[in-house]
Amino acid sequence: MNEMNEVRKPPVATTGIIGWLRLNLFFNWTNSLITLFVIYCLYQFIPWILDWTIFSADFKYNYLGEQITNQEMCSRNLDPENGGACWAVIYVRFYQFIYGFYPKVEVWRVNVAYVMLALALLPLLYAKLPYRKYFLYFTYIFPVIAYFLLNGGLGFTEVSTNKWGGLLVTLVLGCTGIALAFPIGIMLALGRRSKLPVISMMCTLFIEFIRGVPLITLLFFGMVMLPLFLPEGIDMDGLVRVLVAVTLFQSAYMAEVIRGGLQAIPPGQYEAAKSLGMSYWRMNLLIILPQAIRISIPPIVNTSIGLFKDTTLVIIVGILDLLGIGRGTLADTNWLGLSYEIYFFVSLVFFIFTFGMSRYSLYLEKKLKTGINMGAD
Amino acid sequence: MHKSIIWINLLIWYREAIFEKRYLNNYLNGENNMKKLLSIFAVAAFAFSANAGTLDDVKNRGFLKCGVTTGLAGFAAPDDSGEWAGLDADMCRAVAVAVFGDRSKVEFITTTGKSRFPTLASGEVDMLARNTTWTISRDVNLGFEFVGVNFYDGQGFMVPSALGVSSATELDGATVCIQTGTTTELNLADFFRLNGISYEALPIETNDEGKENLFAGRCDVYTTDASGLSSTRAAASNPNKWKVLPEIISKEPLGPLVRHGDHQWGDVVRWSLNAMIIAEELGVTSENVDAQMSSNVPEVLRLLGVEGNYGEMLELSNDWAYQIIKQIGNYSESYEANVGPDTPLEIARGLNALWTQGGILYAPPFR
Repeated sequence: MNEMNEVRKPPVATTGIIGWLRLNLFFNWTNSLITLFVIYCLYQFIPWILDWTIFSADFKYNYLGEQITNQEMCSRNLDPENGGACWAVIYVRFYQFIYGFYPKVEVWRVNVAYVMLALALLPLLYAKLPYRKYFLYFTYIFPVIAYFLLNGGLGFTEVSTNKWGGLLVTLVLGCTGIALAFPIGIMLALGRRSKLPVISMMCTLFIEFIRGVPLITLLFFGMVMLPLFLPEGIDMDGLVRVLVAVTLFQSAYMAEVIRGGLQAIPPGQYEAAKSLGMSYWRMNLLIILPQAIRISIPPIVNTSIGLFKDTTLVIIVGILDLLGIGRGTLADTNWLGLSYEIYFFVSLVFFIFTFGMSRYSLYLEKKLKTGINMGAD
Repeated sequence: MHKSIIWINLLIWYREAIFEKRYLNNYLNGENNMKKLLSIFAVAAFAFSANAGTLDDVKNRGFLKCGVTTGLAGFAAPDDSGEWAGLDADMCRAVAVAVFGDRSKVEFITTTGKSRFPTLASGEVDMLARNTTWTISRDVNLGFEFVGVNFYDGQGFMVPSALGVSSATELDGATVCIQTGTTTELNLADFFRLNGISYEALPIETNDEGKENLFAGRCDVYTTDASGLSSTRAAASNPNKWKVLPEIISKEPLGPLVRHGDHQWGDVVRWSLNAMIIAEELGVTSENVDAQMSSNVPEVLRLLGVEGNYGEMLELSNDWAYQIIKQIGNYSESYEANVGPDTPLEIARGLNALWTQGGILYAPPFR
């Protein structure tokens, strides 16, 4: 009996660091070979990238201690043996990357809008926020505030959208596109599944048409054709036209994603709701959509990330977003040839936003337990 | 502006129709409605024909809308403070100065190769200065009017200095990096056939790709427009290792353009460019322009508005050309500041020198 009570420790090789290593990295000989190969690649790559991006890089001053104002002063151009990245171009152009050509005296408005955006997103992202209800009111009126803040009016001097650029344009396009496409997409998805033939046909036609053409075509449509349909007195802003195109594009995709979710809901749920005497809207709002949207979170975030990156296509209609400003910088004779630095920086900014979005979706999935468990609980 | 009249008309007509319908009062009595419809079309026709005075539109708006590239070294690109700089940007500013006497009264609208023409045609910009090649189809078929040439470009060759070649005719058997599906491909084939030499093409898609391939030694020669070659060379870590050959094998006259049919506005843009060229011919610069006001050369006095009323003819102020030279400079000053030998681009004047100095830059006389 005594022997039985004695708690024996598991073998060393299956617990702790060694156990983890054995299980995950050196499980069998192919596994071990791959691990060694990857370690070798990282060993080759990481020191080089760290050296290039940080240790030998110029940030504001070159290795002679001079402040860098053009590409010829970068350490790597003064002495190819002696330098990594030349981040001075980002430092000098930081304002343009973040605000575009927004006038400097008015730039506080953009900053306020950025802070407000964070505040408006907070109650949406974090359900346990204290006083969430009041924050939500703010979220609803935020688009209006942001419009007047950024564009002007109500005592603010007007700043035409042609002066907007960089991250500002990327965020405006991304946020507006995603935020507007969501409700429109839900309506389109419900419409497509509707039993009323006219509504379902119109929604299907719309979705299939928009999905059938590339975003670039839609952007051109918005930029070139839309003004022809409008009376001349109504001078539609270039950015607004692009926004219309981006929103239409995104809502068609969102509709299909949500339709996928709707189709995964078993008919029993509809029948149960109907047998309780619920109307169509009550049934969808209270029973169907919450479940459908919950299981479509991964694809919703996926298309949103896709849209956020697709906003870079606006360069082809002449709007300078983050990437556009980068390209413009490369065309400045002072900064010719610094393409690695600029593209690295732009991709880093995009990565931060999209990675944040995907991590948040993982958190949501965990919180809402999105796995299919119909009827089980 | 004028379309709003139609819109209001339509609205009134629509409201009347609704009104009539409500009282079941000969709503479908076609004749009455037909008349109203016709009157709308008449107003529409009038509105479209009256839509011409770009100069007045610009003056009323208070600033010029000028279409430029999204960024091309030396021609138009934002500088560190967000101001547009370059040869084309100067062209826009010169027109703004001619109209308003103020170089800041211009809004730059960025356009791409694809969006530039629709943007101009729809009236979203008043003019384009977007290094656009003057060709017959663009001038005639697209309904635009090129008012002059502010840069004579052409296809050239760039090679490593170490290759030891001084002329493109010595390039027999070379591997050439070339953008596929462009006119440069045809020009290249023609040039090599004419000279009876052979080459091997390495097809590439973008300028960046051409640059990387040349720098990595995968091709001996890179060919594209000469201004593009210069910016590629300037982007190299050691520009002296690369050399642009003297041969130019195609014509690419780049110039500002406006919409067809508004000749008054076309004249303003044309003479803003010509004033800069004439100022160089006459030796008037932004520095000596005040002293030149008391010059004894009649054409200088006419140019600066001391004599004659040429500004009035253009419906501009009489000192319009003086202001252009004072605030922007003459053609040479703009060239030297943006693309000339002292800039990283190091483009020699070449064809862009005055006709008196071996180039083909030639402006009609100012009288």
